[in-house]
Amino acid sequence: MADVKAGTATTVVTHQLTKDYGEIRVVDNLDLKLRAGEIFGLLGPNGAGKTTTILMLLGLVEPTAGSIEVLGLDPSRHPLTVKRRVGYLPDAVGFYDGMTGWENLSFTAQLNRLDNGGRIDELLDEVGLAEARDQKAGTYSRGMKQRLGIADALLKDPDILILDEPTTAIDPEGVAEILTMIRRLADERGVTVLLSSHLLHQVQAVCDRVAIFVRGKVVAQGAPSELASRGGGPEEVEFNTPSTDDKVRSALGQASFVKKLESARLRGNYVARIDRGSTNKLVSALVNGGVQLDGIRRTSDDLDEVYRRYFHQDDQGRD
Amino acid sequence: MIRAVTEATAVRTNEGFGSGWRVVARKEFADHLLSGRFLVLTAVLAVAAAGAVFAASGGIRSVAVDAAGVPALFLKLFTVTTDPVPFPLVVFIGFLAPLLGIMFGFDAISGERSQGTLARLLAQPIHRDEVILGKFVGGLAVVALMLTALTVFVSGIGIFRLGLFPEPTEVVRLLVWLLVAIIYVGFWQALATLTSILVPRAATSAMIAVGIWLVLTLFGSFIFRAAASVLANPEDQVSNIRAELLISRLSPYTLYSETSTVLLDPTERATGLLTAQQVDRAIVSNLSLPQSLSVVWPQVVGLLALTAALFAVAYVAFMRQEVRA
Repeated sequence: MADVKAGTATTVVTHQLTKDYGEIRVVDNLDLKLRAGEIFGLLGPNGAGKTTTILMLLGLVEPTAGSIEVLGLDPSRHPLTVKRRVGYLPDAVGFYDGMTGWENLSFTAQLNRLDNGGRIDELLDEVGLAEARDQKAGTYSRGMKQRLGIADALLKDPDILILDEPTTAIDPEGVAEILTMIRRLADERGVTVLLSSHLLHQVQAVCDRVAIFVRGKVVAQGAPSELASRGGGPEEVEFNTPSTDDKVRSALGQASFVKKLESARLRGNYVARIDRGSTNKLVSALVNGGVQLDGIRRTSDDLDEVYRRYFHQDDQGRD
Repeated sequence: MIRAVTEATAVRTNEGFGSGWRVVARKEFADHLLSGRFLVLTAVLAVAAAGAVFAASGGIRSVAVDAAGVPALFLKLFTVTTDPVPFPLVVFIGFLAPLLGIMFGFDAISGERSQGTLARLLAQPIHRDEVILGKFVGGLAVVALMLTALTVFVSGIGIFRLGLFPEPTEVVRLLVWLLVAIIYVGFWQALATLTSILVPRAATSAMIAVGIWLVLTLFGSFIFRAAASVLANPEDQVSNIRAELLISRLSPYTLYSETSTVLLDPTERATGLLTAQQVDRAIVSNLSLPQSLSVVWPQVVGLLALTAALFAVAYVAFMRQEVRA
């Protein structure tokens, strides 16, 4: 177990993984490699095949073709060993409404043959549900259930944590809380995390690497910043200034790296499309031109942009 | 799927076929005992039993004066009735006990699905078959508990009202009957479990199970008679009745009724049609328990087979089902 958690070892590998439901190919020749200790985001729109992939990793759905290794084991051949070491938070997780949060976790502990009532309290405390431990799970809010689900998945002290849409149907504050928690788990416990989401902007901040998954295929894979720059096209920078419009335009008039300059809705607010990586040049051009800068920020280096781009490509390819 | 099942079996020896089903069964048992439906069913059964047993004991009393030699008088508590109450207790149980099985089974799997707990449950290190086995055993344990309590309750009232104590052989007969009744309810629970797997909505699942219950118990006799008259020669009464019997024995209700009648009455020596010729000059005597059992052995085995087969169908349906349906 130690070697798995140690460093560059891979914990989940799929090779040409394919799943058909009748005529429909839900997962299409998927190749994934998760490194130990990283947070990997499987991102894509609803119906992209994310949940099917996750269920195959757990051995709950049989692949049509291809192979899977989870911690070096084939989940459909060694389902129990795999399930003992993989924590799973399903999409729209549910609990037995008539049992308290504590009792629900205790049931999971028994199924895992763990005798650790003490850890249940510890975990409830960690996910912020210590106060609600004796409330019926039926009275929990969506966000509380989600957090209870994370505690439930952590109960077996897993090497891998698979979270299916952990942030769906939760208010923004709750989302931030959950993401911080996931980050902390990966950092402190060295757990490898695979999380799926269709809300890219929510999860990009915590993911070490992401795969963008559309119609059963990975269309891009890598670190979020890497993906964002891979496009190579111009990027957008937004800045505000109290200086006059003339001054701004004359300062940038000669600059060849500026492709387009637009004044935005608000007075003194501009959006410039510039060559990738030339933000620095833009700033010095403005300053040299005597423009006073109040603020500047990059707007297009956002994965949303990437996401849109890939989806857009995909749509074109389909049409 | 078959590959997966055999592999699961192969792996089981390494990974240990666990106590997982027992954990599930224990939880089911506790859930049912605390549920509202348990209270309602207990109340219904208790009222029915009390009514039936008072009627029966009244009947026994009125003949008790000259009934000194009646064999297995105590068991009559379960099998006779007097006027206002239409059925003796065994018949009551034949009608009502299926509801126990249906109530504890109709949302076994669909309930897990709608609560969103099924995926979480299956992601735990237990085999998928342990889930359905645990659910079935947990529910049937509650049924067994209720039926046993009911039998003890009725016996208690009988002892109290009649001052009559059961002979040891009568106790054994009762225990065997109890086992048969539990298997009988097991059939209905397996049926309800199957509908809970096939039908995602709990209400629809309950309706289907209850519908089958109504057809087989209440309207069964009409249907079997109609079917027999189609199949057999309408002129020949004997063949007609034989055909009806044969068809009706496909129903667990018939199997249970015949078994109960013979088990709880040592003078009962056959379940089928007896002609005057056959009983002519027969010597009236009591059957021992093994003799009674040998009379209804086909029925007992048939009931067990029906229950096992239905559970097997439910089991296979569950094993083949997608986690997300």
